[in-house]
Amino acid sequence: MTYSWNWGVLLQEPYLQWLGWGLALTLAISLSALVIALSVGTAVGVLRSSDHAVLRAVTGAYISVFRNIPLLLQMFLWFFVVPELLPAGAGHWLKRDLPYPEIVTAIVALGLFTSSRIAVQVSAGIDAVPRGQRMAAKAAGLSQLQAYRLVLLPQALRIIIPPLTSEILTIFKNSSVALTIGVYELTTQTQQIQSITYQGFEAFTAATILYVAIAMTVTVIMRAIERRVALPGTTSGGLHVRF
Amino acid sequence: MKHALSAAIGAVIASLFFLPAAQAQSSDGVLDRIRAKGAISIGYRDASIPFSFVDAQGKPQGYSTDICLEVAHTVKAALGLPDLQVKMVPVNLQNRIPLVANGTVDISCESAVNTIARQGQVDFSYPFFISHTRLLVKDKSGIGELKDLVGKVIALPINSVPERLIRSLIEKDKLNIRIVPVKDNAEGFLALSTDRVDAFATDDILLFGLRGKAPNPSDYKVVGAPLSYDYYGLLVQKNNTVFLSLVNATLSRMARDGRLQALYTKWFAPMGVPLSPDLETIFHVIAVPE
Repeated sequence: MTYSWNWGVLLQEPYLQWLGWGLALTLAISLSALVIALSVGTAVGVLRSSDHAVLRAVTGAYISVFRNIPLLLQMFLWFFVVPELLPAGAGHWLKRDLPYPEIVTAIVALGLFTSSRIAVQVSAGIDAVPRGQRMAAKAAGLSQLQAYRLVLLPQALRIIIPPLTSEILTIFKNSSVALTIGVYELTTQTQQIQSITYQGFEAFTAATILYVAIAMTVTVIMRAIERRVALPGTTSGGLHVRF
Repeated sequence: MKHALSAAIGAVIASLFFLPAAQAQSSDGVLDRIRAKGAISIGYRDASIPFSFVDAQGKPQGYSTDICLEVAHTVKAALGLPDLQVKMVPVNLQNRIPLVANGTVDISCESAVNTIARQGQVDFSYPFFISHTRLLVKDKSGIGELKDLVGKVIALPINSVPERLIRSLIEKDKLNIRIVPVKDNAEGFLALSTDRVDAFATDDILLFGLRGKAPNPSDYKVVGAPLSYDYYGLLVQKNNTVFLSLVNATLSRMARDGRLQALYTKWFAPMGVPLSPDLETIFHVIAVPE
């Protein structure tokens, strides 16, 4: 093997700067998408747990659509197909006047894709809260909204912290799919360094380390949150700490 | 102008010939490997039309592939191996350099632009094709040059030589042109055909190919003065001068006796891309005498 290693390339300008920009964009896209995913996902998950048949059907359809279509395809559909289906004026605005169209599209696509997965977790978390609590809340005179806000959701969200951690790790890794619609995130920048310098192994090693570092940071933060919000005497969180 | 340009290209190519040639040597790593295996492995691409691509039967073919079959003949004669096998190995944009560098592929024959950075990992043969960065636009758009795109939008293929070139031109002249990066040529054409962008810039030979495959080719045209001169070379493992000399000698002989020109016509005439004066000059320059 006559590959000539040159780790110094990673510290040269502009390549170091490219990695920095790529990392910043990966974080920005993932965190923005996470905000969408958590808010939409929680709302859909709550509606899914209701007794209302129509609400269950509508949220079920939402989850099926966004969870079953591959993310790569969703990015492509949002970017290239949706503007063609809209009225000409709106389509033109999306294509020409929207600032940073590829980044905005990537955030929306990644956010909605992840929201369907979070919705399933939230609704499963609510189902995991013993049924008697919902009845007790009603008997205590709480409204439906109060029952969710004060009794069901606080417990459900604690229960789903472990699967939610995986989902947040996944959102950072999935953000690399934004490459397909031309976003210069970490993976794109890495490929760019490889295509210019041909020091591909060094660039991909750097990207791997950065992704792992993001994942470890997220895991540590989520563990800390889990410990901090743990309720004594419940199995949600904190269990492994106390035994 | 034409003359000055040809002279400049000639000078660049001539400078290539002053590479240190180890004539006293009769073999090198690549040739030893070919002799030991009794086979030469040639890298090909699946869809770099018309340079190197697979036909409906999955058989690799193309302009570059044909050149390398000639290289295999030269090696067969030089090593005195009448039973030399030709092994075709698929490569892609990401792995072609590592595969040549690690010796999996003896020579990669497709459409690699010679750049100084790439020369750090592999050696390039003499040029056998020259591509220009130009623009694909809609016929009715009235766009003729890069500067006509001020206030408009251009699509550029991510991580490509044309992308870096256009970006630097836009920065240098402070042109107000918005860039939409696209993943590949198909997406670039999609962005143009759906009016997301006003122009798509990449190697002109690829633009002609895209135009030819369009549902209505006459709606599109390739415009603009050439923005770059990018020469394609065959990729060979670094520091194998004897093998590289055999490759270059093959190209020289083919250019001298007209086989290279005939191959060009065979592959490019159907696409409606005649031999350009620049490439004709290059063919003259690489036709080194015996």
